Amino acid sequence: MTIGNPAVNISIFGVFVLITLVITFRASRSNASAADYYAAGRNISGTQNGLAIAGDYLSAASFLGIAGAIAVYGYDGFLYSIGFLVAWLVALLLVAELLRNTARFTMADVLAFRMRQGPVRTAAALSTLAVSLFYLLAQMAGAGGLVTLLLGISGAGAQAATVVVVGALMIFYVLVGGMRGTTYVQLIKATLLIIGAFVMTIWVLGKYGFNLSSLLGGAADTAAQQATPRDVLSPMGQYGATGTSKLDFVSLGLALVLGTAGLPHVLMRFYTVPTAKDARKSVVWAIWLIGFFYLFSLVIGYGAGALVGADEILAAPGAVNSAAPLLAFELGGTVLLGIIAGVAFATILAVVAGLTITASASFAHDIYNSVIKKGTASGTQEVRVARITSCVIGAVAIGLGILALQAGLNIAFLVALAFAVAASANLPTILYTLFWKRFTTQGALWSIYGGLISCLVLILFSPVVSGAPVNPLTGKSTSLIQDVDFSWFPLNNPGLVSIPLAFFLGWLGTMLSKEKPDVDKYAELEVRSLTGIGAEKATPH
Amino acid sequence: MTEPERRLLTPEEYRQAQDSPEFTELKRRFRRFAVPMTVAFLAWYLLFVLLSTYAVDLMNTHVFGNVNLGVLLGLGQFVTTFLITQLYVAYSAKNTDPIADEMRGRLEAHEYRAEGQQ
Repeated sequence: MTIGNPAVNISIFGVFVLITLVITFRASRSNASAADYYAAGRNISGTQNGLAIAGDYLSAASFLGIAGAIAVYGYDGFLYSIGFLVAWLVALLLVAELLRNTARFTMADVLAFRMRQGPVRTAAALSTLAVSLFYLLAQMAGAGGLVTLLLGISGAGAQAATVVVVGALMIFYVLVGGMRGTTYVQLIKATLLIIGAFVMTIWVLGKYGFNLSSLLGGAADTAAQQATPRDVLSPMGQYGATGTSKLDFVSLGLALVLGTAGLPHVLMRFYTVPTAKDARKSVVWAIWLIGFFYLFSLVIGYGAGALVGADEILAAPGAVNSAAPLLAFELGGTVLLGIIAGVAFATILAVVAGLTITASASFAHDIYNSVIKKGTASGTQEVRVARITSCVIGAVAIGLGILALQAGLNIAFLVALAFAVAASANLPTILYTLFWKRFTTQGALWSIYGGLISCLVLILFSPVVSGAPVNPLTGKSTSLIQDVDFSWFPLNNPGLVSIPLAFFLGWLGTMLSKEKPDVDKYAELEVRSLTGIGAEKATPH
Repeated sequence: MTEPERRLLTPEEYRQAQDSPEFTELKRRFRRFAVPMTVAFLAWYLLFVLLSTYAVDLMNTHVFGNVNLGVLLGLGQFVTTFLITQLYVAYSAKNTDPIADEMRGRLEAHEYRAEGQQ
């Protein structure tokens, strides 16, 4: 099935790629030092950074995944947007400013601040890579599904080719533009995405006389006539089947709200601003932008449910992720579809670039320079390693993306797994490091590895990877691997188990360790984090 | 890239600064807002998740038109998030920023150097 005019879709997308390429090239001229490459010289303004954070955060999951989940399942999809938003308060109140004041480039900078450098940096870098890969996988799958729908290409080979093209483009942005280029791409993309969602929201509301109640009524009426009738206004339309699936909903909710403040690519954004006050300002901007965007996505989701209908959405090539593009076509025909699809594609490209730069910076800065070279590598060497790592990560993401695409998973759901890993492996250690004087290296390692490994193992043996029931509509299981079942963990999202476990292990590891916490380092961390003394400054231009 | 004054601050200075009454006050003011507020918004969010999961009939109570209690509480989460954000901005501008700015100035001037140190 193809909707719209592939030529129009390709042209609009092509224009975006062209504009951003030019900007990326211009930005690349000032990528001399590591601070430039990783942190855009720390002279992005708070407002710009707020928009760029929104750009990083409002991924394909937020746009396509949430709209799709609300369109098909109604209320249960709403949880994603609420969790994704409320989570920002953890970042605002407890993490953003303190982190900006104490670290330089990566999450590991602050985690290893008062610990033994080598082991903690390695652990933090590994969990950064794991979170980034899960996130990347979701974006790649989204890109493949979207393009199949838009460009009228189908078949596994063509979908795989799309994922390869997205991967190649993203590697190019990162190699040439560095953090500054990536930031500019985020700014453009976030603006386009928010405007695009706003237009669709007004359009949908206009059809219902700007009355939320009528829109909800319309969605409920359409949903009642589908092949599988659902009450989309009631909770538990998707998760209510059994006690286990209800627990899964709670687990998802927990992972969403605690994940954001542990996402390495979001944390890294705080380093691109000159001061902690700018970090605060950027989070405040991000919260307002993201909040309004999620309100739009509620309307878009219910709008798609009402005007397109769940059956048509699920039958489309991108399945549940195609709700927003299908609604755009329903509303404004080929042109609006082309624009919305271009924006969605741009979204994916920009997020993927942001993730890649984070993962590669973490490898180059934390593993290559700090652990392998014991801090002796020059900035140039470090940046070269970061560039090579970008290519490797890009290649891995392409491979995994092809797999995820063929399983037809909801990308908001895949991103929620990345949130679970972030909330388990990163957040406990970040909070303990900043606020608990006694916290030790052993506590940090137990918490990071315990959170990371328990999360990965539980996902591996969950229905996400194998053993999910076969969907009668598509004849395929929603698991990554078909036709085998080695699952024993019943929940799709491991957060409910792995997050408390990681907090507990951090505490236990600390209580059982013989080493004395470094009081001098803790004094430095505490004074620096709250006063901003000695924080990294912007590089002059 | 490393700023010179960062190297110049000694561990003793950080310890002195950490032990100073103004830092204790800064820390107290920071935590007095951040900790209870975090507990409050997490509790409110978890309440919403648990009600959605285990009190479906309650959440289906019609409030007006097709809008039920669940949707209304969900939108309420947006409102409280925006509200807490602005409260925090106002609180820190009034209560923590002045102390932090003053201490940073004094640290840069090495006013926390203990007697007898260079």
